[in-house]
Amino acid sequence: MTGPHTHTQTQKPQAQAQPLLEARDVHLSFGPTPALRGASVSVQAGEILAVMGPSGSGKSTLLHCLAGILVPDSGEIHFAGRRVDPLRETERSALRRDRFGFVFQFGQLVPELTAEENVALPLLLGGQPRAKALAQARPWFERLELDGTQRRRSGELSGGQAQRVALARGLVTHPQVLFADEPTGSLDSLTGERVMDLLTAAARDHGTTVVLVTHEPRVAAYADREVIVRDGVVNSFAPVAA
Amino acid sequence: MALLGLLEREPSHGYDLKRDYDTFFGRGKPLPFGQVYSTLSRLARDGKVIAGDAEPGAGPDRKRYVITEAGVTEVETWVGQPVEPEPHLQTVLFVKVILALMSGRDAARYLDSQRAAHLKRMRELTELKRGAELVDGLLADHALFHLEADLRWIELTSARLTALAERVQS
Repeated sequence: MTGPHTHTQTQKPQAQAQPLLEARDVHLSFGPTPALRGASVSVQAGEILAVMGPSGSGKSTLLHCLAGILVPDSGEIHFAGRRVDPLRETERSALRRDRFGFVFQFGQLVPELTAEENVALPLLLGGQPRAKALAQARPWFERLELDGTQRRRSGELSGGQAQRVALARGLVTHPQVLFADEPTGSLDSLTGERVMDLLTAAARDHGTTVVLVTHEPRVAAYADREVIVRDGVVNSFAPVAA
Repeated sequence: MALLGLLEREPSHGYDLKRDYDTFFGRGKPLPFGQVYSTLSRLARDGKVIAGDAEPGAGPDRKRYVITEAGVTEVETWVGQPVEPEPHLQTVLFVKVILALMSGRDAARYLDSQRAAHLKRMRELTELKRGAELVDGLLADHALFHLEADLRWIELTSARLTALAERVQS
């Protein structure tokens, strides 16, 4: 006898979901110096991926290619089912502004602006009215334990505070992907851990995909998975089962 | 030594010592009662503790134990003495690398696999730390820092593998 479930059963594809972000066989040289030599990596939606590797291995260059900041000499970058490396600079710029967020090693806050103006900056640049942009920025101060710093300028913030303001700025547009390049590199380990706690918690709450470049294992340990970039090539190793 | 140290605070029953040991040091591996009492007997024999008379009441052992001057001295010495730094932590990792190189096997692949295993464990510990109370968090940190030290060595060795291969194969 055929049960109600069997005759209505539809065959769903079993293959892994298409990655949200992908580099395929990417090559890029700076003058005569090759930085990437056939780098391939894919990131699933909602995943937190750590990109590790020694200094000069090409991990930051890979992040810049994935984020549409640099254009590969050859190879392809795909985002949300669309090839983005052939896009014009204005289109890539719009992509970065609307869909991506960024946090760098040194927060790179605008020193003339207050903390809340810094957080609101991507919204202001996106054309939002000032009052609305600031209103959207404000909840991040509580979320990232920054209450009381709203009106301070970057020079009046501690390193950990400045980095959390930068994180809030990276997340304020609710980007699909947050690119974080050594986000704790300038912080002591305790402060760095707090930033990573907040970063990963916020990303998981919003389903934000994170590409995290770091050479620190303790930072990488916050990610779901890691890949190693070595000599411009990406290695991905799963531990051998014991 | 942990039991003796716990006993230094105040005269205690074996059960109290076990409970406090499990709270602070047990971490999912509770101390068997048998081990508590055999340790206390040995300490009594060595003059580090004195067992009081059995008290009336239920339970397997109602003796109260008191630390002696000799016991306090032992705790004092032990707590103040640095632990021998462990220079042999890397031994297994090191032997694997050397043997792989000597036999022409892929040492880089082994190191990659070891790195992945270390990072997997670090992820588990980081997850465990999330929301953990202070004691558990600090224990996880201790493990994390040790694993991180291993990883630094793995990176260094990976970077020097070619030179090391030449050295062991010559």
